[in-house]
Amino acid sequence: MDNRQKEINNLKDYKYGFSTDIENIQAPKGLNEDVIKFISNIKKEPAWMLEFRLKAFERFKVLKEPDWQKPKFPKIDYQDLYYYSAPKSMKNKPKSLDELDPKLLETYKKLGIPLQEQARLNGIAVDAVFDSVSVATTFKDELTKQGIIFCPISEAIQNHPELVKKYLGSVIPTSDHFFATLNSAVFTDGSFVYIPEGVRCPMELSTYFRINASNTGQFERTLIIADKGSYVSYLEGCTAPMRDENQLHAANVELIALDDAEIKYSTVQNWYPGDKDGKGGIYNFVTKRGLCKGKNSKISWTQVETGSAITWKYPSCILKGDNSVGEFYSIAITNNHQKADTGTKMIHLGKNTKSKIISKGISAGNSDMTYRGLVDISSKAKNSNNYTQCDSLLMGNKCGAHTVPYIKNKNSESNIAHEATTSKISEEQLHYCQQRGLNPEEAVGLIVNGFCKEVLQQLPMEFAVEAQKLVGISLEGSVG
Amino acid sequence: MKEQLQKDFDNSIKNLSLSQKDIEIKKFCLDNFIDKGFPNRKEEDWKFSDLNQIIKNNIGELSFYNDQTSTNKVDTSVFVDGLEHNKIVFINGRIEKIDFEYEKKDQIEIIDQSETINEFKNSNSLSDLNNAFTNKCFKILVNNGYQLKKPLIIYHTTNSKIWSKNINLRLNFELDKDSSLRLIDLFNDTSEKNFLNIFYNFELKENAVLKNYKVDKFENKNIKYSFNNIDQDKNSISETFILSSGSNFSKNEINCNLNGVYASAFVNGVFSLNNDKHHEIRSIINHLTENTKSYQLIKSVLDESSKAVYQGKIYVNSDAQKTDGYQLSKAILLNKESEFNAKPELEIYADDVKCSHGSASGSLNDDSIFYLMSRGLSYQQSRELLINGFLLDVVEKITDSEIKNLIKNMIGIKE
Repeated sequence: MDNRQKEINNLKDYKYGFSTDIENIQAPKGLNEDVIKFISNIKKEPAWMLEFRLKAFERFKVLKEPDWQKPKFPKIDYQDLYYYSAPKSMKNKPKSLDELDPKLLETYKKLGIPLQEQARLNGIAVDAVFDSVSVATTFKDELTKQGIIFCPISEAIQNHPELVKKYLGSVIPTSDHFFATLNSAVFTDGSFVYIPEGVRCPMELSTYFRINASNTGQFERTLIIADKGSYVSYLEGCTAPMRDENQLHAANVELIALDDAEIKYSTVQNWYPGDKDGKGGIYNFVTKRGLCKGKNSKISWTQVETGSAITWKYPSCILKGDNSVGEFYSIAITNNHQKADTGTKMIHLGKNTKSKIISKGISAGNSDMTYRGLVDISSKAKNSNNYTQCDSLLMGNKCGAHTVPYIKNKNSESNIAHEATTSKISEEQLHYCQQRGLNPEEAVGLIVNGFCKEVLQQLPMEFAVEAQKLVGISLEGSVG
Repeated sequence: MKEQLQKDFDNSIKNLSLSQKDIEIKKFCLDNFIDKGFPNRKEEDWKFSDLNQIIKNNIGELSFYNDQTSTNKVDTSVFVDGLEHNKIVFINGRIEKIDFEYEKKDQIEIIDQSETINEFKNSNSLSDLNNAFTNKCFKILVNNGYQLKKPLIIYHTTNSKIWSKNINLRLNFELDKDSSLRLIDLFNDTSEKNFLNIFYNFELKENAVLKNYKVDKFENKNIKYSFNNIDQDKNSISETFILSSGSNFSKNEINCNLNGVYASAFVNGVFSLNNDKHHEIRSIINHLTENTKSYQLIKSVLDESSKAVYQGKIYVNSDAQKTDGYQLSKAILLNKESEFNAKPELEIYADDVKCSHGSASGSLNDDSIFYLMSRGLSYQQSRELLINGFLLDVVEKITDSEIKNLIKNMIGIKE
């Protein structure tokens, strides 16, 4: 009990809320062609990349910020942001971890990601992204042996231009919606993964995102390509320091699965959610989209969303190849003044495509949560199937839980089933647990974990433990 | 369209004896409508049914002025046989007959309310159009404790005299304490290419019971929009059944406000479509206080290149603890070309509630067909039997046995 209490006290406040005092190089404040050229220049990018960015920027100028979403937020002044921020020590990229700024190493250690140790221990290959740059990638050698490319995208643009050129923007085109287009114009870094034909990636790949500098938007871009018959499991984690102002995080993630390939993408998102009164916190406006391009391919999204002041994202699957499979497992927890509008899109284009959506939403305090999803079976997607289940749990009568599914069926040989429920933790369940000696908070933790189990099971082991704890902690103080 | 609207508006105003103030209000509504136009796909509620486009493609140019000075002959052959009932007859949008022959005259009041204009919550530009052009509007008031002996059938008839016209109707109902009304809307059109825009407002006081059956069964090439606003007080019950089948395009909206404790609302619907028909039901149930209940069941059978849309929303206010909300929509797609779209929505701000929705769409179950065929039925017979059973489920929800049988006969559903 004492141990648990200690642990809770440790974690009760956002423990990743510190900031690292480090010298930065920043682009001039504001958004214009010069800033884009500055970013492109500092990254030593080839001309076609700059062209890609400028084209997106042209498009961005005519787009309007969308306003249909449920969580409303004050207008963002896009000219009042820094679009590039990097630790000064990263200007000339260190060759190995030993050359890395000790302050950076310290930061990641504090976050629970000891980069140096990880290089020695057999575990997960990590790409650590600090503000606008990728600072370290571990386990490079081992991966290279198998022909796997796992590196910052800025490196990939230089070393593997043929792959980047072919696939970048093929799932999320530069002409997509407002935030995706903004990202295409100003993205700074992110991860690039290529798994060659027939290779099963031997370890979990992972990126750890950290926003440090204030007034900075983080725009990272991740591109994962799984070639024929390959398999990869990819993890993503995020944190940010506690600051009073809201910070923007608008990432783009593109996944491409060719014939018989499988990509499993897991996220544990724990950006700073703002304080109890809803001050500060991250705006997490992310575009994630996967394309099942080849036959029998599979893309599976798993997300645990506990952080951010506003989460607004819909990881989607475009099921283009015949027999392809899309899956979406999500837990979203909102507390205090957090808001989330999240869900998925399953677009069935190929024959015999299958999709499955399991979404669990828990809202407490004054928070507001929306599941918004689209299942679209086109007239050519013969014999396709979808199953959707979204359950919401409410704690207290100041929070809201909403479900907005769009269901379109244009094919008579396909089936769609959708179920949704909203309820609270029943008195009977609580009573049962308390009778057996658990205190109310433990009882709620147990019940909520049971409620989320279907999704937690989908996470890789290392993440599942963390996520389970996170679920309990996020709801601290919401009972009673 | 703007000039047409202005011209027709001036014409219709001329024939009415309205005060300056009322004309101002109507003008204001007209300007609103001119400003917004017919709802289109860009509006969230019309995402699946772009009315602006549908009118353009099916009707082309609409005119809005109806000469209602002369009476139309009431064709008695359309009246329902074998069921004694009270009647209201609309012909081409003009009220020709109001007849409560089976009721006590002092218990039902018919009030001419042509000058008042209601504001509808959760509405759209069509209510402005309706406000601007309705020229007769009655309120039917059922007195305290009176329960109508026979159902009231409202006949909506159009004949071939009108063409490319917009017809606007409005009726208000008030059901006082402990009263009850059974109301059937029966559509009977021999006209083509008209746009009917119908607004009903119901006010249910304590313990009042309203049963509204909307039957759009007969084939026609009109476009229909109907909006029901229902305000419910303590213990009141509303039951709405929609048979959506005959018109080329039809959209039924139900906006139900459960204002009093223990109020309950039931919405049941059947889509039975073929050809290029495009029908929609949109329901919004607002649970505004505690211990209220709603139940919705919508089933569709879609043949040829027809399209059905169901948008259902359950809204639960933070005061509305102990709400019970349920919603289910099911569709059978019989043809490759048919399409079913659904948006079952929950918006919930209270924690002690039980709300759920389900939606399923797909083809007829092969196993069931095999089962029936292996017992000697032909493919066609098995198919019919399955569809029959599928739809019977909804019709059985009708609580009034007299009307249930009437509707069963109309759709041709066997038990």
